[in-house]
Parts: sequence; structure tokens; C-alpha cells
Amino acid sequence: MNTLLCIPLLVLLGTLVPLCSTRYSRTACAFLTAALPAIALFLILQLAPSVLDGQRFQTSLAWVPSLGLNLAFRLDGLTLLFSILILGIGLLVILYARYYLSHNDNIGKFFCYLILFMFAMLGVVMSDNLIQIWVFWELTSISSFLLISFWSGKSEARKGARMALTITGAGGLFLLAGLLLLGNVVGSFDLQTVLDSGDLIRAHSAYPIITVLILIGAFTKSAQFPFHFWLPNAMAAPTPVSAYLHSATMVKAGIFLMARFYPSLAGTDLWFLLVSMTGLATFLLGGYLALFQHDLKGLLANSTISHLGLITLLLGMGSDLALVAAIFHIINHATFKASLFMAAGIIDHESGSRDMRQLNGLWKYMPYTATLAMVASSAMAGVPLLNGFLSKEMFFNETLHQDSLGSLSWMVPVMATLGGVLSVAYSTRFVHDVFFNGEPINLPKTPHEPPRYMRVPVEILVALCLLVGIFPSWIVGDLLHSASFAALNASVPEYSLAIWHGFNIPLLMSAIALVGGLLVYYNRQHLFKFQAQFPSNDPKVLFERAIQQLVAKATWFIGFFENGSLQRYMYFLFMFTIVVSAYPLLDLDTTAGRRPEIPLDALSITGAVLLSIASLATVVWHRRRMVALLTLSVVGLIVTLAFARFSAPDLALTQLSVEVVTIILLMLALFFLPQKTPKESSPRRVVRDLGISAMIGGVVGTVIYALMTRPLETISTFFTENSKTGGGGTNVVNVILVDFRGFDTLGEITVLGIAALGIFKLIARMRLYMPSSNEQGRPWSTDRHPLMLSVVSQSLLPLALLVSAYIFLRGHNMPGGGFIAGLITSVAIIQQYVAHGVDWIKDRLKLDYQIMIGSGIGIAALTGLGSWFFGRPFLTSWFDYFYLPVIGKFELASAMLFDLGVYLTVVGATMLILANLGQLTTSERAVFEEEA
Amino acid sequence: MEGIYAFCVGLMTACGIFLTLRGRTFSVVVGLTLLSYAVNLFLFASGRLKLDGAAVLGMSEEYGDPLPQALVLTAIVIGFAMTAFAVILAMRARADLGNDHVDGRIPQTKEQARQKSGGQR
Repeated sequence: MNTLLCIPLLVLLGTLVPLCSTRYSRTACAFLTAALPAIALFLILQLAPSVLDGQRFQTSLAWVPSLGLNLAFRLDGLTLLFSILILGIGLLVILYARYYLSHNDNIGKFFCYLILFMFAMLGVVMSDNLIQIWVFWELTSISSFLLISFWSGKSEARKGARMALTITGAGGLFLLAGLLLLGNVVGSFDLQTVLDSGDLIRAHSAYPIITVLILIGAFTKSAQFPFHFWLPNAMAAPTPVSAYLHSATMVKAGIFLMARFYPSLAGTDLWFLLVSMTGLATFLLGGYLALFQHDLKGLLANSTISHLGLITLLLGMGSDLALVAAIFHIINHATFKASLFMAAGIIDHESGSRDMRQLNGLWKYMPYTATLAMVASSAMAGVPLLNGFLSKEMFFNETLHQDSLGSLSWMVPVMATLGGVLSVAYSTRFVHDVFFNGEPINLPKTPHEPPRYMRVPVEILVALCLLVGIFPSWIVGDLLHSASFAALNASVPEYSLAIWHGFNIPLLMSAIALVGGLLVYYNRQHLFKFQAQFPSNDPKVLFERAIQQLVAKATWFIGFFENGSLQRYMYFLFMFTIVVSAYPLLDLDTTAGRRPEIPLDALSITGAVLLSIASLATVVWHRRRMVALLTLSVVGLIVTLAFARFSAPDLALTQLSVEVVTIILLMLALFFLPQKTPKESSPRRVVRDLGISAMIGGVVGTVIYALMTRPLETISTFFTENSKTGGGGTNVVNVILVDFRGFDTLGEITVLGIAALGIFKLIARMRLYMPSSNEQGRPWSTDRHPLMLSVVSQSLLPLALLVSAYIFLRGHNMPGGGFIAGLITSVAIIQQYVAHGVDWIKDRLKLDYQIMIGSGIGIAALTGLGSWFFGRPFLTSWFDYFYLPVIGKFELASAMLFDLGVYLTVVGATMLILANLGQLTTSERAVFEEEA
Repeated sequence: MEGIYAFCVGLMTACGIFLTLRGRTFSVVVGLTLLSYAVNLFLFASGRLKLDGAAVLGMSEEYGDPLPQALVLTAIVIGFAMTAFAVILAMRARADLGNDHVDGRIPQTKEQARQKSGGQR
């Protein structure tokens, strides 16, 4: 199996490891969890030299090829960079979390979520297919929801997680729309094809929509203005999560997306305006907000927003060098911000507070951690000899070399310098407020240094800040080059990673930022006072209120349509039916078609008149239920005759036997229900309903008339021609049922069985009111089983069973078959129930109807499976002719076995329904009398 | 012939729909039964009407369309299962809720509502 597929797969397997190893010690659990991601990282590093040489690895497995969906992974420079960040920082976070989480936390669950997120994030950067990117993208949203809400007991954790999921999830939907459009425009969902067709995309009329949709996805994920507010609220997550998701990886997914699609979408004015202006606004806003946070993590979160804005601004500028600077800053930000979050977590863990108004003078208690944090914040501020300085210099340089705002272009470097000032100010605040500035105030714990190994991840990251800052090209030169190459999808322009570029304007801007930042921090009390004048708008409260309003609106909307009244639903449904079905009829020129009609005859007219009278009588007398039932049975009988008249003997037989069973069932039901329906519909309602039913009746009648008078092109010729030769039967209807469309029939008897079981469950434990007299108050006859009926029915039973066997056997060649035979058998048995009562039958007829249904479906299914033994498809039928002395020539067909299954299911289902319902009239009557 | 067939199907549909719009479960069940007769006849007629043409080989010169017949045959049986389910559901609803209204509660008429609110005032 190829390595590229192994990498995400290993990480996916890794989600199970912590769940299995959580019973061992926490250290063992952490090490076992880290094993598989470590192997994945090792595999990636093994491929790294070839990637750094400019090679690109790709692999793909067909998934749904007809939709252009493949399971495709790639490894190029940009992917390599992100994979190393994801896996490398992920491993450090695992180590850190081992010490951070307390004994009360379920560390197995935490690691499982963390690795799931790692898998999702790795999937985003490694995907080589647009849809696949989106699938992993949504998975990062979901897994980050689980991680933020890890301490689900806290209200703010739940709210923060919900907000993050809402914003990033909604952005994901925009992204999906954008990616689908993009794939449609290019004609392929393959990533490389999309990257290679940048000119085609930019010239297309859908380009603005695609760009806006994809950018909304990226902006929500990367917390860009105006979607930035979810990130500070996600700080309710455990700090390892913040260090991992909210500094190094997930919030970079949006940045990654912009860098990934840079060759396809960038380079237009629209891109510049949207991306760089959003980035600039976020850069300044984040820096400003960070300065005024009292929560340590809040400061870091807002500074993350600011730095993400900086990267976005660089990506928007559209120059290739700016892209290089952006990628460089991605690396630098990930290292210093993750280490700062970890340091903040240590401070929180060892002092019990994150409030900077309480935390002061920690230098004395934890000088080692303080040193690490100070180096990292200097990198954040852009102090020389640290990595942040280098990328910030490049950033300043790029702001000087763009002119897309025309004569206003000078504003960009000025604003950038202002952002730099803010960044120095809040970095200074982080260092000075926490580690110096007097003594700690009311801390819950006495602060002290953390366990040895909790500091290791911070040490590694801070060492990287220093090393990259001092030997930039030696440490990250190749990686940066190959990542830029992959992101640009073209050759990389010349750039220099040197520390010293001589005295130039960017250096001056850095100096201004440093001095200005210190001045701002020095005068912070005035600024705080000024800021205090604003009314505080907590985005969490606003968001919750908006969501509640949305829910209230939705509830009202649903309540309007779904008020629990069936009559109302039926009204809506039928009105909709009229609109949908009547409209196309307007286009039909004439009702009657060219097909000649069959001439009328007296018999048919009589039938039609009877049918009409009976139907209308059912409606007119529907409140006298028994009468309505009788007229209904007249309708059913005439329908039976209609089938017989119009050449459908099978249907006539079926309808007749179903009719008997249905009417018996309804009469049984009526025994338990009120005999009369009260008059309660208002005249207006009656008129309305009459109107609706007349309209639909008219439409249905018109449609069927138009249909019948038009010539038919049937596919049934095939069935008629092959019925005897292929199915071995002359009754085409039955051969269709058990052979040609046998699979449908199998489904249908299964539905029948399920319905019968459902009814059985409904009948069980039903508590019914048992009337002792009819509606006029006359008591029911005490002679429940008249002798005449008993005697006659007993002698009729063998005859009826004989008929049913005959109908069953001849079904393949003459009208009949399993359905009809089953119904006839049921009627015969029901007659015995009626004549003798349930108890009498119970002693004599030991049939378990549930087993009967099961064996019926089983026989039918096994008959179908049997054809597999002969290497044929499911339900292939077989038949042959045999000769026996005396009996003569006869036919055996596998379809008969199938029909037997149908027969058993029909008998079982019908009897299960009726026998159980009938049972209620006898077996429970005694109980009710006792209770009374 | 086709004309009166279509008329009958339309009439049965209308009657069935009127009854399904009633407020009591038994009327709805009767309406559904009527409606399923109409639907079966409708489906059956999509194979066009034919006299003396049973689809049994060797019995007649020209055959009616057997495919709609096969479909309608199973539809009749499934229709029975549906009617049975609906009627048992109706009985169960009456047993558990104490009335046989389709909404599970008898809606107040306007006068009743007015009286009630008047009484509260």
C-alpha cells in the first residue's frame, strides 16, 4: 500500500488508541497515543527530501467516479509544511496535555478528539479533490466543537463551542457552494486541474460568486472580521486545544485555503479588495482588542486574530513575494503563538488564575517559564534576532511595494506600522503585567514552576523561534521555498532571508513600531479609561440573543404549518396537489385523444350508476357508520366486477377476497368505536371540503380520461412473449409477480409482514371500551355462535381449503396464485373464528401467525438465493416438465416455491391482524366485567 | 365507455377525499378505502381498457396489458394492510386518548371558546 494513503490512515487509526489505552496510566496513554502520529510524521519526513526538490506525490482511489469524486491525497511543498506543523505541534500538545489535564478529566476521550481533529486537519491539507477538502473541512469544525466543549459542565464552554460550530459550520456551507461552482466551471473536482486553470476561472462570469463564497468559508474559519468574535469565545477550551487549534492549525485552515487556491483565484482587483482590506481591518481590530483584554488567553486570542489578519493582508496583495512572506509568517506565528498559549496554560495551571489584574510579578516564582514566555512574546512583537522580526520586515517591505489603492496606497504601510505598534504594546503588556509590575494579588495558589516535562514543548518551540530568527535560511529556507513553489504553482521570485538588509524603510517602520508600542503601553492607563467609556458589547450575549430570536421565529413558522391538526395538513396537501396537478393540464389542448372508445353497453351503465349511487351514499350517510360500511362494500363489489369486465380476472379475484377481509375488519373495528359520527363540521368547512374534493376528483377524472383515450406504447409485449418460454407459465400477470418482477413482490410481502407485526404490537395492551349493547340500547345476543353457522362453516372449511389449493396450484397458468389463494384461505379460517370463537379455534388450530409470516418471507428469499448456487442472479427462476403415470404430464417451477412464500405471508399477515383483533372481543370481555 | 369509467374514478376520488377531510377517524378510514379503490382503478386503466382480453396465453386473440394488473394486484393487498393499520391505529388512539377525533382531542367550537373565555372573565 502506498505511503501517502498510509499517513492519514495511521492518524485515523490513532483515534482508537487513546480509547483503548485510557485504562493504563496517563503517561502510558499519552505515549501510546503519540505513537501513530509519530510514525505518520516519520513517513512524511522520509518523503520530505524529494518534495523539497520540487517533486509532488499524488495518489487516488476511485470513490464515486461518475460524480468526479475520488479519494485523493497529495503531498507537495505547501502540504508538507502544514503536515509538519499539524503533526509536530500535535505531538508537543499531546505531551503538554498529559500534564495540563487533571485526574478528573477523561484523558482518553480528550486524546481521541484531539487525534480526530489531527486527522481532519491533515485531511484538509492533503486532499487532492475539492469535495474531499470540504468533507475534512467540516470534520475539523465538528471535532473542534467536541474539543472546545470538552469541559461540558461549564456553560461558557458549551456556548463557545456552539458559537464556533455555528460560524465555521455556516462558513463551510458557503465554501461547499463555492467549491461546487468552481468544480463546475473547471469541469473537474481534481485539485491540480483547478490550480492549472486559473485564467479560465478568472475570465468566467461566475468568478465573483465563487471567490466570495470560498472567501466567506476561509474568513469564518480564520476568524477574519466580521466573523472574528467566535475565536475569543472558543478560549473556554482547555489550553492545549487553544495552543493547537486556535493558534497553529485550525484557524490556519482558512489561510491554507486562500494559499491553496491562490493560483486559481488571486490576482484580480476583487481578490485584492476583499482579501487585503478584510485582512487589514482584522489586523488592526485584533491588535486593538488584544490590548484591552484582562484575560491572558483573551489577549492571545485577539492577537491571533490580528496576526491572521496580517497573513490575510499579505495573501491579498497579489504579489508573489507577499505570498512568500505570508507563508513564512504562518510558520513563525505557529511556533511563537503555540508556545505562548502553552506558557499561558502553565501560568493558569500553577497559579490558578488567568486574570492579568491579579497576575503580577511572577518572575520571582517561575523565572524559567518567564524567560521562555518573554522570548516568545518578543518574537510576537517582532524584536530582531527572532523569527517574528524577519517575517514582519518582509511584511513591511511588501506594504511599501503595492499600489492597488491608487493614490491612497500610502495608507497601507502607515496602517501596517500602526498594527505593529499595537502588536508591540500588547506583547509588552503580556510580559510586563504578568511577570513584573509588583506583587500577585489574591491568587488562588502560590505560583511555582511546572513539572519538568510540561516545559519541554515550550522549550522546543521557543528554541525554534530563536533558531529561525538567527539562521533563517539554514532552518526553514528549503521548506519555505518549496511551500511557496507549491502555493504559487509557478516559479518562486528571488528573496533573501538575511537578518540584516541595511538601513531601509522597513527597518525604520520596525523601529517606530517598537518605540511606539512601548509608549502606548506606558500610557495604557489613559487608554483603559478611554476604553471604559464604551458600553461593553459582549458578542456572546448578542450571538445568543440572535440565535434565540431565530429559534423563536422558526418555532412560530413551524407552529403555523404544523399545529397538530390532521385536517389542516390534509387541507394543505390537497390544495398543493390541485395547484401542482391542474397547472400542467392547462397545456393539454384537448381532453380526448385519438384512441377510439369502447362503445357503451347497458351492463356497464348499470354498474356505473350503482357505483355512483353507492359512493355518494357512503358520503351522505357517513355519520351513520354501519350504513356507510354497507354502501362501501357495494362500491368494492362493483370495483371487483369492473376488474372482471375489463379483462383482469386475477384482480377481480383478489379484490373480492380482500373486500371480504376488509369489511370484516372494519365491522370488528366498528364494534369498539362509536356507532355514529357527531355533526361538527361548520357549513363553511363542508363547502370548502366539497370544493376541494370536487376539484381533485375533476382533475383525476380528466387525467385518466385523457390517458385512456391516447394510444399506448407498452413494454408488456416482452412479458407476453417470454411468459411461457422464459417463465414457464401462461398467466402473464402471475409470471410477472413471481418471476419477472419477483424482487418487487418480495419487497411487497415484506411490507405486508411488517405492517401486520406493527398492527400486532398496536393491538397488544390495548385497553378498549367494550359496549354491551348496540346504539339503540338493545343488548347483544347471548347466542354468540349460532349452531347453524357452526355446522355449515365446519363443512365448508375443507371445501374452501380445497378451492384455495386449486387456485394456488393453477396460478401459474390460469388466474390465481399465492396472493389470491392466501386470501381465500384466510377467509375460510376467519369464518371458523366467526362461527366458533377464538377459544374454540385456539384448541384446534395451533398456528403461530408470526412464524408463518417469517417463514413465508424466508421461503421467498431463500428461493431467490437458491439461484446463486447455480451461478445465476438473485431470483432467477427454473422450471421443467415431468411425467408421472396416472397423473400425467406436469410442471415444476421454482416460482411455485416463491409463490408458496407469498401464500404463507399473506395468510399469516391477514390472520395475525384479524385473529388478534377478534380476540379482544372475547378474551378481554371477562376482564372488563370483573373490573366493572 | 372510457368516459363513464373516468367519471366513476373521479367521483370515487372526490368522495374519498371529502371523507378523509372529516374530523373522525372512522370516516377517514372509509375515505382512505374509497380513495384506494379509485387509485387502483386509475393505475389499472393506465394499461387502457380492454374487453375479453385476459392476459392468459391462448385464451384470447389480443391481451390486455398485464403489467398494470400485476402492479395493482399487489397494490390491493398492500392497500388492505394500510387500511388495517390505519383502523387499528384509530382504535388504539381512541383507547389511549378517550376520543376518536383525528387530532386526538376534540377541538372547541367558536361558541365554546367564547363561553370559556367569558366564564374566565
